[in-house]
Amino acid sequence: MRNSTLFFYCLSAEVLVLGLLLVHASVREGAAQDSLNEKSALVKRLGLTDLCLFTEARYTRHLSQADLNTPFQDHPLSLEHFPSGSFTQPPTGVTQSR
Amino acid sequence: MNAWIEKQRYIIDFTISSLLRRKVKNLGLLALYTLIVFILASTMFFTYSIKKEASLILKGSPEIVVQKILAGRHDLFPVGYIDTIKQIRGVVGVESRLWGYYYDSLVGANYTLLTPPKTAAGESHAKTATVEGEAGDADSAASSKPLFELNGAKLEPGTLIIGNGIARLRKLTRDDYMPFRAFDGTIMNLRIAGTLSSQSELVSSDLMLITEDDFRKLFGIDRQHVTDVIVTVKNPSEVATVAAKIKKRLIDSRPIIRDEILRTYDSIFNWRGGMMIVVFSAAVLAFVIFAWDKASGLSAGERREIGILKAVGWETSDVILMKFWEGAIVSLSAFFGGVILAYVHVFFTGSLVFEPALKGWSSLYPNFDLTPFINAEQLTTLFFLTVVPYTVATIVPIWRAATIDPDSAMRHTGE
Repeated sequence: MRNSTLFFYCLSAEVLVLGLLLVHASVREGAAQDSLNEKSALVKRLGLTDLCLFTEARYTRHLSQADLNTPFQDHPLSLEHFPSGSFTQPPTGVTQSR
Repeated sequence: MNAWIEKQRYIIDFTISSLLRRKVKNLGLLALYTLIVFILASTMFFTYSIKKEASLILKGSPEIVVQKILAGRHDLFPVGYIDTIKQIRGVVGVESRLWGYYYDSLVGANYTLLTPPKTAAGESHAKTATVEGEAGDADSAASSKPLFELNGAKLEPGTLIIGNGIARLRKLTRDDYMPFRAFDGTIMNLRIAGTLSSQSELVSSDLMLITEDDFRKLFGIDRQHVTDVIVTVKNPSEVATVAAKIKKRLIDSRPIIRDEILRTYDSIFNWRGGMMIVVFSAAVLAFVIFAWDKASGLSAGERREIGILKAVGWETSDVILMKFWEGAIVSLSAFFGGVILAYVHVFFTGSLVFEPALKGWSSLYPNFDLTPFINAEQLTTLFFLTVVPYTVATIVPIWRAATIDPDSAMRHTGE
């Protein structure tokens, strides 16, 4: 088999797989509507404010409700030390004065 | 047309043979290139999907949350403040919230304890969580016990409804008992009345629903205080004005509006995406140097090859075409390979590579499947970030090499 034929077969296979994955994404997105509605309804029903992503500290568990002194949570010289704190930006209220 | 296609195919045949002659170098480049695309695509897919999911889920979050601030810290909210907020024009409802954290030293996990609101916020009914009954009038509100039903499990004094993450971590099932050490050292044994659905783990993994009486008994909070309050505003366009009025009337309060909550999630994941790129920028830089070196610093062998090709009749344009196909073959293979691997990584393996950084020190981490929100914009951005620069970077130096005299090119020896 010619190299070019082999290359186009491989490329076509990759495009086909990517196409199938995009179809999968579309199907999953449609199927996830119920789950998203359930989560949204639970948030509304319980008055929740944050996603449960980082449970290691209170200011990373409820990022939007964090204290304004979050970077110096424990005392003025105590810098943030949790791994998720190094990934997340300070809450909007901290950096923007109202 | 057929002749043009045949010409391209012959050039591709020759290009692939040429690439295979330097197998190790080119396969190394392909692997590194695929890795870079994989990292960029994984970051892009993960951040976009979680941002989109957060915006869809949190659109039902409270319009305004009002905290009390004391010495720069979130403090308990006096019940007496509620009347002041109710008097503000435009406010249609003020509801108190009781919530806090409990550290379980047995497993080293933090739980979020929450008392379900007494009224059905927005009268919406969750699929798995419905309000069984309303809790009395305002006068008896303090002593009333909110009824909350979940798949037939009623939240009553002495019971808990727990998130699926806690049930998994502590291996708890319905009717098991869970001991808590109250603020005064007494032990409270609470029965598990039910578990929140696993589908809702992204918002409820560490959640414990508890009655108001039990909450106050556990933390020693008197009836004159709550954690914070939720304010409902009649006209959504007046939310910011009402928040400003609350701040003006209650100087020591801090109103947080829904828009800020949504913007917080939007910005932290933007930052997260940025952080990932910063972390992997060293790898990207290494790849850029490698690719540039390969593309610009032609080896003597490659230079001689170009010389021979020109000597046997290849035009400069043919040589450039050959190098274009070389770049296209490598970059297209890496692009599609990297994107496919990234999709599998983020949406099938639960972001295995990112997991250690995401989990951090948490011993309680939610099990959740991200919904794949993929759009053409992401793929186009990725394509222009990866394929186009490499292909262009290979053509420009080749144009210089391809225009040199074949005789002088062939005189170079060694590789």
